[in-house]
Amino acid sequence: MKILSSEITPYKTYLNRRKFIKGSLASALLATVSSSAFANHDNNTLIYNKYLSEKDKLNSYEEITTYNNFYEFGTHKKHPHLNSGNFNPNPWSIKIDGLVAKPQTFDLEKILSNVTIEDRIYRLRCVEAWSMVIPWQGFQLSELIKMAEPLSSAKYIQFVTVFRPEEMPGQNKRTIIWPYREGLRMDEAMNPLTILATGLYGHDMPNQNGAPIRLVVPWKYGFKSIKSIVEIRFLDKQPETSWETLAPWEYGFYANVNPGVDHPRWSQSTERRIGEFKRRETLMFNGYEEEVAHLYKDLDLKKFY
Amino acid sequence: MFSKKIFNRSKPFIFLLILLPSILWIYQFVTGNLGVNPIERLMDEFGLMALRLIILTLIISSIAHIKAFKSITTFRRMIGLFAFYYVSLHFSTYVFLDHFLDLQFIIKDIIKRPFITLGFISFLLLIPLAVTSTNSMVKKLGFNLWKKLHYLIYPAAILSSMHFYMLVRANKSEPAIYMGIIILLLLYRVFKKITPRPLAR
Repeated sequence: MKILSSEITPYKTYLNRRKFIKGSLASALLATVSSSAFANHDNNTLIYNKYLSEKDKLNSYEEITTYNNFYEFGTHKKHPHLNSGNFNPNPWSIKIDGLVAKPQTFDLEKILSNVTIEDRIYRLRCVEAWSMVIPWQGFQLSELIKMAEPLSSAKYIQFVTVFRPEEMPGQNKRTIIWPYREGLRMDEAMNPLTILATGLYGHDMPNQNGAPIRLVVPWKYGFKSIKSIVEIRFLDKQPETSWETLAPWEYGFYANVNPGVDHPRWSQSTERRIGEFKRRETLMFNGYEEEVAHLYKDLDLKKFY
Repeated sequence: MFSKKIFNRSKPFIFLLILLPSILWIYQFVTGNLGVNPIERLMDEFGLMALRLIILTLIISSIAHIKAFKSITTFRRMIGLFAFYYVSLHFSTYVFLDHFLDLQFIIKDIIKRPFITLGFISFLLLIPLAVTSTNSMVKKLGFNLWKKLHYLIYPAAILSSMHFYMLVRANKSEPAIYMGIIILLLLYRVFKKITPRPLAR
């Protein structure tokens, strides 16, 4: 599924199109342009801009889709873009198991028909000290959690990425232990900021960015936002996560963006916003302090990095 | 077999060949064609080139032990100086472009981050080598002292490869290969040194 550059909607037209859709033709148009990313598309621009500050400028589709980490396709940041052409995200389903009323497998289409896709522009801060601003489309993880009906004993969630070495060349190398795994505490997962994204810039999620569905947790370092999710487990214990397993002294379970706690090998106090020349200060919780600081009021963030 | 003449004649060609990448990268940087994160890319390209050239000088030293290739040392000084040139570009990119001359941050960074500390020490070790690279300096120091001084290239090489190794997050095979080559070359030199040479030639 290659998207031609001519098909990529620039930000302005994208916004205009959204306004247009909002008009009287909305329902008719939606029926024709709707893809899985646009299913039940929410047209409230307030939500769209809610989390964006004046100083944040959206990164381009090209920047977002040609420079990122997705070790399943190679360790260089150009590899996901170059090596993800053979990946086929259709059809897709997600297995739900662990501490739930009934373990089951949901088809992605079924999930999408039960949720409201909305726009969320978030800052993304990589643990490597670069950052971007990305217009995602997705829905709150809490909606899927409700569908999964977890037991009250479930305190944590683990996510697992698909394992397809024949389509993901990076998985043939033992850079990390495959499949990639990530996790959240239940209250982090239920936070309204936490979404499962199915698109960006109004397109279905590109393969290199985690097609067809990925997590986005904007106040944590990028590696927490696991891509191409095939399994979600509800647990009573803190789950193992890939980077923590690989180098626990460098990557913690929480991995909250924190300018005051450095990575042992480099400073986290500043970051390079892709497209900008000078570094900028890194914000506590990546600028989402108001929304999430309360989750950690009893936690020593230096110890639980 | 390989006369000094042949090597000397190819010198200008090799000079341009090693210089050209830096011009290309700087040109791409200025015109905005060095990718999405150009400062990082520039720093990585300069640094990697410097490490590869350092290793090349070590390889030349070892190959020069083979009689037929003796004259290859004629390239060594030029390549060594180019290594220093690329290290300087690498360091300047870090100081001026990456951190915009924020000296307070840079000094803290060099002291606090082991991988930057190692890279910086390696850079410092290369300075006396570059300074004493001229014929007149060889005379001034005397060949033996000069030669001893220039063994600094080995610690510099090891430190630079460690600098690279520690920077990489998960796929460490490339820096590991460089480290391996350096250690092999070092062992070869030590072996050559401790095995007695036949007296008569």
